[in-house]
Amino acid sequence: MRIIVFIKQVPDTAEVKINPETNTLVREGVPSIINPYDVHALEAALQIREQKGGKVTVLTMGPPQAEEVLREAVSLGADEVYLVSDRAFAGADTWATSYALYRAAEKIGFDIILCGKQAIDGDTAQVGPETAEFLNIPHISYIRKVEEVGDNSIKVQRLMDDGYDVVESSLPVLLTVVKELNTPRLPSLKGKMAAKKAVINKLNLDAIGGKDIEMNVGLKGSPTQVKNIFAPQSQVQKRELTGTVEEQIATLCQDLRRIKCA
Amino acid sequence: MRIVVTTENCISCGVCVDSCPFASIEMRDDKAFITENCQFCKACMSVCPAGAIVEQAEEGDSKPAADISDYKGVWVFAEQRDGKIAGVSYELLGAGRRLADARGTDLSAVLMGAGEEQAQELIKWGADKVYHCADPLLDKFNDEPYSQEMITLIQKYKPEIVLAGATPIGRSFVPRVAARLRTGLTADCTSLEIDKESGYLLQVRPAFGGNIMATILCPNHRPQIATVRPRVMKRAEFNESKKGEIINVNSANLSSRTKVLDTVKEASECMLNLQEAEIIVSGGRGMGEPKGFKLIEELAELLDGAVGASRAAVDEGWIPYSHQVGQTGKTVCPKIYVACGISGAVQHLVGMQSSDIIIAINKNPDAPIFGVATYGIVGDVYEILPMMIKQLKEAKEA
Repeated sequence: MRIIVFIKQVPDTAEVKINPETNTLVREGVPSIINPYDVHALEAALQIREQKGGKVTVLTMGPPQAEEVLREAVSLGADEVYLVSDRAFAGADTWATSYALYRAAEKIGFDIILCGKQAIDGDTAQVGPETAEFLNIPHISYIRKVEEVGDNSIKVQRLMDDGYDVVESSLPVLLTVVKELNTPRLPSLKGKMAAKKAVINKLNLDAIGGKDIEMNVGLKGSPTQVKNIFAPQSQVQKRELTGTVEEQIATLCQDLRRIKCA
Repeated sequence: MRIVVTTENCISCGVCVDSCPFASIEMRDDKAFITENCQFCKACMSVCPAGAIVEQAEEGDSKPAADISDYKGVWVFAEQRDGKIAGVSYELLGAGRRLADARGTDLSAVLMGAGEEQAQELIKWGADKVYHCADPLLDKFNDEPYSQEMITLIQKYKPEIVLAGATPIGRSFVPRVAARLRTGLTADCTSLEIDKESGYLLQVRPAFGGNIMATILCPNHRPQIATVRPRVMKRAEFNESKKGEIINVNSANLSSRTKVLDTVKEASECMLNLQEAEIIVSGGRGMGEPKGFKLIEELAELLDGAVGASRAAVDEGWIPYSHQVGQTGKTVCPKIYVACGISGAVQHLVGMQSSDIIIAINKNPDAPIFGVATYGIVGDVYEILPMMIKQLKEAKEA
């Protein structure tokens, strides 16, 4: 079984704070991590390999420093890793990102592609399904359980708003996963050693299509543009409560009953 | 396009360096310099006090497709599950109506599966036209036939704007549509407006876990497609006598390599209650211990409301995940939201700040929750909640 896992290096958004004076992101001290959902995708890939045999290839697209997350993937058990990186890929939206990933995945070859349901910096959840469309393969989103992996098919549980669906797909397929899927392993000592020595395979623009695809990658290939970025603001109609705490509560409870009946 | 610093205007203040979410601005020779890591988010442009950071056109920038003006009308994808229209569809019709009016055009709904009755319902909720696709393959959600059908319809009728719910269904199949049509898709929008000057759809969405908001445009490709976060937009108005046209779409060549073998419902009573409740009383880390939630429950019951929680309280194990409100929990929009001992991390605020009235009770007067609260009481929840419960009980008995 040839399995590719897409991972992304992201800032740990739980650690990101806004500077209230300048309304800008405070970046200092925010660590870069493997997108947490992708770690579960990698774990699923390793479990399928343990069951069916084969090879787990981890692929990321990003700047040269994204190499760090690929080494981390090796420490967890990935067999080989690829860094898709080129200045031409910078500024890609989900369309252009998916296009580049499709070219890279096609070049490497696969039976199953796994990735996290979304990345915690962008939160779009679009790159998996868009890549599947480019590859002309089916996809299933929000996988919470892998029930059965056959030679030519796979059966999984797909999380929905009101429960889950049991879905079967032919292979090749792309699956996006949620955290409930599994508990990721920790890196082994052997894995850590391997990570240090790991060969980082690199794919640049030329390797995945060159000039012919230049108009489909990076900023130039992106249909969407960011107009501006701003700090979340709320327009709140404040109602001042005055007096002792007891008086404040009395006013509040009066208002509460009035609003509730309205 | 490139973002560049005009060095003669740069006043070396360094504000842009701090503003860049991608750490891609450095000071070089005492002037700001934008490195290769630039992701073109333009955060620096809006903070530069000297207006020294500008966009520069480059050869090869994308240009409007020739046939952009052929695209007209606003469409919403009306999601159904088990033949029942999902709530988000009425919200999309509300948002879609506003946009259609602003563009002076029609509002249409696309219904896959379900029946004639549901199609009629969509008209009463504001659709001028309903494209009803009744192929049996569409009764249950499968990504491929849903996207194939949508792609065919869009290619045939050329709508200018397409909206879908940011639900497990919309967020899964709509990306395939955008990929195939070579157009932009903006995920999980919380606000949609038409730019008066250009007529473009301004799509606002949270990024970085809700820490910042971004306005996204799709200037050169059509349709402009967005998924919309449920329970943020106001529902359309229901009009029993509204008339509209139903267009029955006879699908051809739909196929699916995935198959739904079984559908299992397991939404707990509480999850449903939480999203439909008019009043929610929520507890956070400030409750200090599991039994604090007894007070939360008591107040919620007095107000005929549901019980919510912040992620901190759920992580502590004081209350199950199904009660969690926020970025990684449920988005709620009740009439009244009472936040008890919740400091108001952005991740919580994005899940509840569109509530009509927010009441915050917290020890710390600087807690961010007070920034979004209509009413704020600074004090100990164990003092205030019992007082509220007592007063409300007395009023009820009186």
